[in-house]
Amino acid sequence: MTSATYDSKYAIETRDMHIYYGAFRAVKDVTFGIERNKITALIGPSGCGKSTVLRSFNRMNDLIPGARTEGEVLYHGQNLYGPDVDAVQVRREIGMVFQKPNPFPKSIYDNIAYGPRINGWKGSKAEMDELVERALRGAALWDEVKDDLKKSGLALSGGQQQRLCIARALAVEPEVILMDEPCSALDPISTLKIEELMFELRQNYTIVIVTHNMQQAARASDYTAFFLMDKDDRAGQLIEYDTTNNIFQNPKDKRTEEYISGRFG
Amino acid sequence: MSAEINASGERSTGRLPQGEAVRQNVAVRQRRGRVWEAVLFASTVVGIVILVMLAFNIVNDAFGGIAVQSVVEEEELTDGRQLEALSQQELVGILETNLRSRVLRNLERERPLAERSKEELIDIINQEIIKPEVVAIYPLSEFLFNRPAIEAELAEAFPRAELQFKSWLNWNFLTSPMSSNPLQAGIRTAILGTLSLLLLTILIAFPLGIGAAIYLEEYNSDKPFDERSPVGRWLNRAIQRTAGLIETNIYNLSGVPSIIYGILGLAIFVRALEPITSGAVFGANEGVTANGRTILSAALTMSLLVLPVVIISSQEAIRAVPSSLRQASYGLGATKWQTVWKIVLPNALPGILTGTILAISRAIGETAPLIVIGASTFIVTDPSGLFSKFTVLPLQIYNWTSRPQEEFRAIAAAAIIVLLILLLSLNAAAILLRNYLRSKRIST
Repeated sequence: MTSATYDSKYAIETRDMHIYYGAFRAVKDVTFGIERNKITALIGPSGCGKSTVLRSFNRMNDLIPGARTEGEVLYHGQNLYGPDVDAVQVRREIGMVFQKPNPFPKSIYDNIAYGPRINGWKGSKAEMDELVERALRGAALWDEVKDDLKKSGLALSGGQQQRLCIARALAVEPEVILMDEPCSALDPISTLKIEELMFELRQNYTIVIVTHNMQQAARASDYTAFFLMDKDDRAGQLIEYDTTNNIFQNPKDKRTEEYISGRFG
Repeated sequence: MSAEINASGERSTGRLPQGEAVRQNVAVRQRRGRVWEAVLFASTVVGIVILVMLAFNIVNDAFGGIAVQSVVEEEELTDGRQLEALSQQELVGILETNLRSRVLRNLERERPLAERSKEELIDIINQEIIKPEVVAIYPLSEFLFNRPAIEAELAEAFPRAELQFKSWLNWNFLTSPMSSNPLQAGIRTAILGTLSLLLLTILIAFPLGIGAAIYLEEYNSDKPFDERSPVGRWLNRAIQRTAGLIETNIYNLSGVPSIIYGILGLAIFVRALEPITSGAVFGANEGVTANGRTILSAALTMSLLVLPVVIISSQEAIRAVPSSLRQASYGLGATKWQTVWKIVLPNALPGILTGTILAISRAIGETAPLIVIGASTFIVTDPSGLFSKFTVLPLQIYNWTSRPQEEFRAIAAAAIIVLLILLLSLNAAAILLRNYLRSKRIST
């Protein structure tokens, strides 16, 4: 899927994307690009389709019966929804962190090793140890768990569990990491740690984050996309997309301004 | 407390109790709760009482007293000495004086008496001369608490009889084959039959049931054909409708009386598939006499019987695996099969095993379908393979309880205890296994 010749500042680009759940159009007419090695926040009130858009980037919507996507989602210039693209391969390159921390009921080590193993890991045990350490260091969790890697992932605190999930995503060496409200189940201190981690990860990865927390979007992202539900057909649409600074200090659309100033949503 | 509420009268709609009425209202509601608690307690007590009565009844029959009377008393033969204390020559002497010459000649022809051991000679004396015979049996409660009456009755009817305690459940009973003499009859054949039937049923029903449950839960919503062509759409819908129909029927099948499964088994496995279930096509000749009424037919029938329950409980266990785990697995680039095999199944296994073992332990107690497919009720040879005739514990019990002699009732009770122990240990195994698997997955 990765083509070396393709050169664009965007990691992911959508063109006239519409997402349907059965006959219902949940998201309409989304066209925008996610820049490489940046953090892009998707914000908007509940039901505006921002999570649906995020999940369309690694075809997680395919798991919902009746869901389908029209238009194009380009990754390295290739349509992710093209006929010869396997969703499994997409998810291997575009990883995901979920709203609720969901470590497997396995040891910390096995949680990290699961991804590489199912994706055809060919290395030795020692190399796997190395990979686990690298992933845990990458998620700023290594120092806290290095002495009990055999402990169950479920025995960790909520914030640690979420960082374990990030480490787990890093272990399959993705290019893009999608985060679906990763801090909504966490306390402020754990939230701060995840945000710091996102800044670290930005050097090597492209991050897309959905958040309900506008301070978080303002603090922790480079670009912000504002989504809103169209009152007429209840489909979510992209209202405004710009640098985070512009969205929060100089919004062009009246609805964006109303939302970020807390007048609705 | 109530005064504060009343102080702001404006807040009140006047529809809720105020002041003293609050206290009364709470008291009434609490009383109602206590009445229900008493009712629930009473029903628990009734259940326990019934269980105790059942246990008492079985134990009462399985243990108790027997009155043994011999044709000739040991003391008369030996002038008041013990048989064991006599020498070999003395024993031979007793035999020669007390047995008819024809019997003696037969014994000598088998092997000269002089060459036989003491134990052998004592056995012969017991069997041929003393001939102890059970003339009356008493259940445990009478033996323990009604001793004087029993002894008076015995003294009148059988003056030479000796009253002794008897446990019908003993090692001999467990290890002897079936016999028409209740004192020698045992349940080895039946225990082996039950265990092999159990094992075979697990081997057949477990993979089939889990396989079907996985398909119905995880793959049913898949659309294997191209949705864009009308034929593909039609095929997809046909597959889904069929699976839906099957699922509905599985729920109904779990309630079908077991004897119906017996009739099905008789028609299909015993009759239609006889060449296979009797082993004839595989060249096994022991099944020829069984005519398809083999342990294999029985296991297949039992598998049909437990399959619906196995499927349903496995489906529930699979459904209980949080979808967040599936999503996490897919999110890392796992295929559907990898997710099912590495995430869903290990997490559903405790539930699957519990449900399956409970279903199968119910099947061990089944009698009706086995009677219908023609399991043997009187058989003295142990099951030796897939194609042998067999019997099982419930059948043996059924057979014994239908006999008129009291001794058979006693050994039936003993066999019931064995069956119950087998069932309880299976259930205990299910619970222990589940707890072990759960603790392994969640903690440490």
